Amino acid sequence: MIRARDLKKHFKVHKRPPGFASAMRSLVSRKYEVVKAVDGVTFTIERGERVGFLGPNGAGKTTTLKVLSGLLHPTSGEVEVEGKVPFRRQTKFLEAITLVMGQKSQLIWDLPPSETYAMNRAVFDVPHEQFKETMAELTELLDLGPLLDKPTRQLSLGERMKCELAAALLHRPTTLFLDEPTIGLDVAMQVAIRDFVRSYNQKHDATVLLTSHYMDDVVALCPRIIVIDAGVLIHDGDLRQLIKTMDPDKRVTFTLTGVVAEDEITRLGSVLVRDGQRITLRVPEREIPAVVGHLLGPLKVADLAIEDPPLEEILRVMFGRAREAAAS
Amino acid sequence: MSVARTLRTVPTLLRVGVAETVAYRGEFLIWILTTTLPLVMLGLWTKVAEEEPFAGYTAAGFTAYYLSNLIVRNLTGSWVAWQVSEEIRLGSMSMRLLRPLHPMMAFAMSHLAAVPFRSVVALPIAGILLVSSGASTLTTEPLQLALLVPSLVLAWMITFTTMFMLGCLAFFMTKSMSMMNLYFLLFSLLSGYLLPIPLLPWWIREPAEVLPFRFMLSAPIELMTRSLSGREIAELLASQLAWALAMLAIALWTFRRGVRRFEAVGG
Repeated sequence: MIRARDLKKHFKVHKRPPGFASAMRSLVSRKYEVVKAVDGVTFTIERGERVGFLGPNGAGKTTTLKVLSGLLHPTSGEVEVEGKVPFRRQTKFLEAITLVMGQKSQLIWDLPPSETYAMNRAVFDVPHEQFKETMAELTELLDLGPLLDKPTRQLSLGERMKCELAAALLHRPTTLFLDEPTIGLDVAMQVAIRDFVRSYNQKHDATVLLTSHYMDDVVALCPRIIVIDAGVLIHDGDLRQLIKTMDPDKRVTFTLTGVVAEDEITRLGSVLVRDGQRITLRVPEREIPAVVGHLLGPLKVADLAIEDPPLEEILRVMFGRAREAAAS
Repeated sequence: MSVARTLRTVPTLLRVGVAETVAYRGEFLIWILTTTLPLVMLGLWTKVAEEEPFAGYTAAGFTAYYLSNLIVRNLTGSWVAWQVSEEIRLGSMSMRLLRPLHPMMAFAMSHLAAVPFRSVVALPIAGILLVSSGASTLTTEPLQLALLVPSLVLAWMITFTTMFMLGCLAFFMTKSMSMMNLYFLLFSLLSGYLLPIPLLPWWIREPAEVLPFRFMLSAPIELMTRSLSGREIAELLASQLAWALAMLAIALWTFRRGVRRFEAVGG
């Protein structure tokens, strides 16, 4: 279980205008500014939940994850993870959590991943039998076999990420903080990592808090999302419900198989994308049966797909509204 | 983390440390080369004492001093300050903080694993020392020779903890390496690295005799090259132990205070 109440993390940042004169002035007199990276965030995540943690760059997502994993001391507020206060970094707490950062590596750079695994086994005091069993499971799920004895520096980004995940999960943590775990990976690898995270969550009833700039990760993995902007929580709830509230219309995409008059299309819904014969319409949900009937009947379209609006679009609208509210 | 559990990690950490040392052998050799300044000083001072002893040191005495200096420096030197400072600055210290093992312990094991490789350099120098003119001025007292090992261990501990503490200053200042330059200046002057402490002017010698730098380097050299009374030996080792414990406490305190300010940049 993860609980944050009125969590704040402020940083004091040295500010200096560009130029030689200001550099000289800063030698004797420095100006500091307080940056409110996280400013009063409250949420609770139950055991076994998979939650997407979203926000634009600099919103405070990674800072929050670092506070929750005990790397940063909060400025104020209360935080509890697995019944412990993270920044005390007690052994029981560190054994129960893991933090995977897509842009930071815990693997020893010039040695094969198997050496990092051996070290983690010793440090986390994982019994040899359990280590073998977990290693076998991770090797199979992540297809690590050929990678274990290659120096980390010679692994591709995707290979390294798989090895990072294995290193982070060897001690079987029950709370996973995943910060951009699929960054820079190709689509196939992103899907593999997502599948793995889902199966780990189900098998070990693990809590997952995920940040990702790939909305597909979030849509595929997280029934619930928490949205943060400028350090402030602006949404916490069911992902589908959010989409429905923000934009209840569906996206209907199809390919025309013959010549159709323009007004035949526009009376079905507003055209969002037109790429030759491929068209995407925005259609109110209640009109879907009639529109689909018309498309498949008289218009004889191919490749028909009905989808929710993309999460990116929803978030863009949401951040825009939050900024307007803050400005007013 | 309990002491018993920490001790259980030692064999694996040492094994991984050896693998790391082998992987970074190029860097390691270059670091060893940077510890050869005593050879330059050896050439200089044996020339000075060629005709007659200088401040009680004969040419053979200087030979014994600087070769012992090279051996001790080789076995007890540490570069952990650079590693710690860099990991804090770049944020990669985060990964160490997520493990239930104090980062100082992890670094200590990794550095201890390199000691056998350092002896690749230290042992031939010891061989040269034994056949050189300096051999005649080395101690033959069994007690002094027996206490050389604990003295070297304590010298390593003082050096390592001091360097770890200096690295931790990166928690408080963005560029803590300027402190390293100041440290190295003080170390070179006050530890006996550049010249034996008795050759220093009294106003530097007196503080040098009690400050920790002497116990990082000069103390084991004194055991090797001087004839000491039982009381002097006891004082030397007691001071080393006291400084080792004090620096350990200061390093742990600095780390604990620093972690509170850690910004875990990047990622």
